[in-house]
Amino acid sequence: MQVLINGETHSLEFSIKLAALLLELGYCGETFAVAVNGSFVARSEYGNTQINNGDSLDIVAPVVGG
Amino acid sequence: MSDLLTLYGKTFSSRLLVGTALYPSPAIMRQSVQASASEIITLSLRRQNPAQQRDNSFWNYIREFGCQLLPNTAGCKSSREAIELAKMSQEIFQTDWIKLEVIGDDYNLQPDPFGLVEAARELVQLGFKVLPYCTDDLVLCRKLLDVGCEVLMPWGAPIGTGQGLLNKYNLQTLRDRLSDVPLIIDAGIGAPSQATEALEMGFDAVLLNTAIAKAQDPVRMAQAFKLAVESGRIAFNSGLMLRRQTASPSTPTLDMPFWQQAESMLQE
Repeated sequence: MQVLINGETHSLEFSIKLAALLLELGYCGETFAVAVNGSFVARSEYGNTQINNGDSLDIVAPVVGG
Repeated sequence: MSDLLTLYGKTFSSRLLVGTALYPSPAIMRQSVQASASEIITLSLRRQNPAQQRDNSFWNYIREFGCQLLPNTAGCKSSREAIELAKMSQEIFQTDWIKLEVIGDDYNLQPDPFGLVEAARELVQLGFKVLPYCTDDLVLCRKLLDVGCEVLMPWGAPIGTGQGLLNKYNLQTLRDRLSDVPLIIDAGIGAPSQATEALEMGFDAVLLNTAIAKAQDPVRMAQAFKLAVESGRIAFNSGLMLRRQTASPSTPTLDMPFWQQAESMLQE
């Protein structure tokens, strides 16, 4: 299956939970936030959120801003 | 005499809000924010992959400041995008304050008034303290107040242009008609004199970024803006004189020397 992560295509062997996917991708700490298919997913929901074929993830972190 | 700025129940002694972008380096950003004495700073969220872990000094400095963080939704073009980004900001920055931007035109980065009101309504219902970046349209501003915004941030000029207060009639109308609402001029300020003018007109504060960050010496420019904002506020509180069309001497005219002499010479 394929998912889009920050606009780039990633191949996954099977559907997994968001928490596992983030761990696999190397995200750690608390300075990032996630949206799946354009909707915010709270940190407390990572373990309950299934990532499926075709899903699109946005993973964001603090940057400078005006 | 204390003259504090109150926004959503929090008080601030500085009336200058600054952005954190476009500085030559994180270290200069840090020094500039400190020189501005600002207590509210803006920042944002963007995509980040672990492989591209950036220099963390920016985020470390931000946490060190201890300022009220005002995350923005810059770049969002729909209310839906802005709402979701606001939720992400709330989780990361641990604040319910949001500088709400919904952009309606790429060329002049003009706020989309319809998307803005829609997003503001939903975010207020979710408990956010919304500071909308809006145009200087009185009716739009009223709608934003109607949906629960307690602070408004009308533009002076389009973002990054440094053109100052382009539509003073509209801005003065806003100030006069919304006399109890905290109004912050956001965007378009290019020079300290323009910030002073905004405060002299009775605006409660100014928010700017480029004018400091893109100065040749950002740290000194931050200090200049600090003084300009303080000066404008003192001037406003002092009550400006009324403008006149014709000259009126400031030096007393009574007992002017030579006057009689000139008169008597004419009579001869």
